[in-house]
Amino acid sequence: MAKPFSAKVVTANDLLEGDVIYQTADGWTRDLAQAEVLTDEADADIRLIDASQQHSRVVGAYLADIANINGTPSPVHFREDFRATGPSNYRHGKQETQQDV
Amino acid sequence: MYNYSEFDTAFLAERNAQFRAQVERRISGALTEDEFKPLRLMNGLYLQLHAYMLRVAIPYGTLNSAQMNVLADIADKWDKGYGHFTTRQNIQYNWPKLRDVPDMLDALASVGMHAIQTSGNTIRNVTADHFAGAAADEIADPRPVAELIRQWSTDHPEFQFLPRKFKVAVTGSENDRAVIRAHDIGLRIVEQNGERGFEVIVGGGLGRTPMIGKVLRSFLPQADLLPYLEAIVSVYNLLGRRDNKYKARIKITVHENGLDDIRARVEERFALIRPQFQGVDQQMLRKIEADFAAPAFKSAPLDSYTQAYGADPLFRSWADTNLSNHRADGYAIVSISIKAHGQTPGDATSDQMRVMADLAKTYGHDELRISHEQNVILPHVHRSDLPNVHAALRAAGLATANIGLISDIIACPGMDYCALATARSIPIAQDIATHFDALKLEHDIGPLKIKISGCINACGHHHVGHIGILGLDRAGVENYQITLGGDGAADAQIGERAGPGFAADEVIPAIERIVMAYLDLRSDRLETFLQTYRRLGLAPFKAALYPQAQVNAA
Ligand code: HEM
Ligand code: SF4
Repeated sequence: MAKPFSAKVVTANDLLEGDVIYQTADGWTRDLAQAEVLTDEADADIRLIDASQQHSRVVGAYLADIANINGTPSPVHFREDFRATGPSNYRHGKQETQQDV
Repeated sequence: MYNYSEFDTAFLAERNAQFRAQVERRISGALTEDEFKPLRLMNGLYLQLHAYMLRVAIPYGTLNSAQMNVLADIADKWDKGYGHFTTRQNIQYNWPKLRDVPDMLDALASVGMHAIQTSGNTIRNVTADHFAGAAADEIADPRPVAELIRQWSTDHPEFQFLPRKFKVAVTGSENDRAVIRAHDIGLRIVEQNGERGFEVIVGGGLGRTPMIGKVLRSFLPQADLLPYLEAIVSVYNLLGRRDNKYKARIKITVHENGLDDIRARVEERFALIRPQFQGVDQQMLRKIEADFAAPAFKSAPLDSYTQAYGADPLFRSWADTNLSNHRADGYAIVSISIKAHGQTPGDATSDQMRVMADLAKTYGHDELRISHEQNVILPHVHRSDLPNVHAALRAAGLATANIGLISDIIACPGMDYCALATARSIPIAQDIATHFDALKLEHDIGPLKIKISGCINACGHHHVGHIGILGLDRAGVENYQITLGGDGAADAQIGERAGPGFAADEVIPAIERIVMAYLDLRSDRLETFLQTYRRLGLAPFKAALYPQAQVNAA
């Protein structure tokens, strides 16, 4: 039996800024919470191909596993958690502009 | 100071203009990432986890105040006001924007610097002791020989397609500070019956399959150096495996064929090519040596030093820990710790860089070095100037007295920055330093090198840490493997794995158990951690590290 498909987002680095971005239904966002959640494998593959062809916008697109909590994606693996936040030794990267919670 | 002229001004300008055009074409979409990637890597530009990273070359880790000031300016203008000094004796910027990189490269070129990375399977950067030309214990400055090798190997037609990259390190001293036993070839300048020559070590390397280099020749006369090196590289060129990237380094060639077989082949080849070397190389060496001539050392009374040493406990503690003996009378080598407790190992702010540049200019014959232990060195400071130097360093938060101690930790960027990482390194280093600083045990513990890598590539040299820490991903959780008894110095050794790994929050208590066991086990205060470990072996440390296992076994 095939493994059940776990929810994913398409993520990459921004060509100009280098920072982590996520695909939305009609573009890209820097905020994982705004990313489009992909729950269908065939759909995910198509979205990835679409992302990978955007040479002048993104670098290194891939599918990342996420936990789909009421439609809001959150990281599963710690690497994706760091990518979504920034480094832990300074408040640099995404967390620089994010609100404290 | 030697004017390092690998690339002249015109070449750098042309190269930068070329890269600027490539960046434009990448941004316009004319170049795909697959096409652009090799171009950017050649120019020192990497894409990490959160941003681009620019790696600036600092040959022999040597730079002057003008260069350090430009590094500070770049940090302010195009990065976040700091830079990261690495174990490769270079500096990395963690936050450049693609569009800005050509301007950063132009700024570097204004002081003769660049980010060009030697790449490909050739003889790569030749490295040397960071105390070169200053250390009291050195027979000769190793940099001229390193530079001779670099000039000879660059564009050497026979060696452009080696099985794998090839790294050479040279030291001029018994106390190896250049980790020569972890290089493809390590050279140590030695003297035998009044004649100068080299001990030649081959087949060292860290990474996936760590190996300590082995002595191929215990004494090689100085004039035989290049033909002998050529013999080694050509034997490797023939025998080295090209079928498997992980088995292609010379360490595997030596391991698989045996040292004696390699030696016989090298000697045979050497006898054949030796006559072709007619002494031109030795003339080149003389010329390079003249370029590396020592600065004009001064003589001055030492009263101010003696006075401060007697009166100021902070100065005394710093002097005891951070100074090394200089070969010139009245001088000292200053190691500036870039390891303030709780800070990121190797990170210096732009202001700190400027302070260090000023100190080098005012008191240090305008010379700075970057050590592979991620500290900055003022190689030539007269002792009478040390109180002033110390005061300025203190004001800049750079006077931490911890060189060689438990908080002088090497840590690679790990998963806080590096895209290849399997776990973080920096927070582990920060926590260890803060923890032992709070315990006020650091000076009592004495010399102890902790080295941390965030993946098996071993950029943090964990295999040769007295305590090595390797961060891994175990089923989606950061996990840290501890090795003990490693050593990168003269009696180099790969550390032994202590046992199962630890979760991130178990690492500090684990390190504490090891250290407490050492304090308990050492024969007296003078026996260092490494000496105790060598005397007693892994067992008592393992028992301390895994108390539960003891209980279960009982
Ligand atoms: C952050 C981006 C970095 C990446 C992607 C990276 C990648 C690598 C890789 C793949 C290797 C293994 C090469 C091989 O054996 O074929 C390596 C080796 C090495 N790296 Fe890094 N590295 C990075 C940063 C650093 C930093 C910051 C340092 C210094 C603190 C460093 C120091 C070294 C050293 C000394 C080696 C050689 C280890 C040996 O003896 O084999 N690297 N690096
Ligand atoms: S050891 Fe691994 S994690 Fe650390 S810098 Fe090297 S490649 Fe990155």
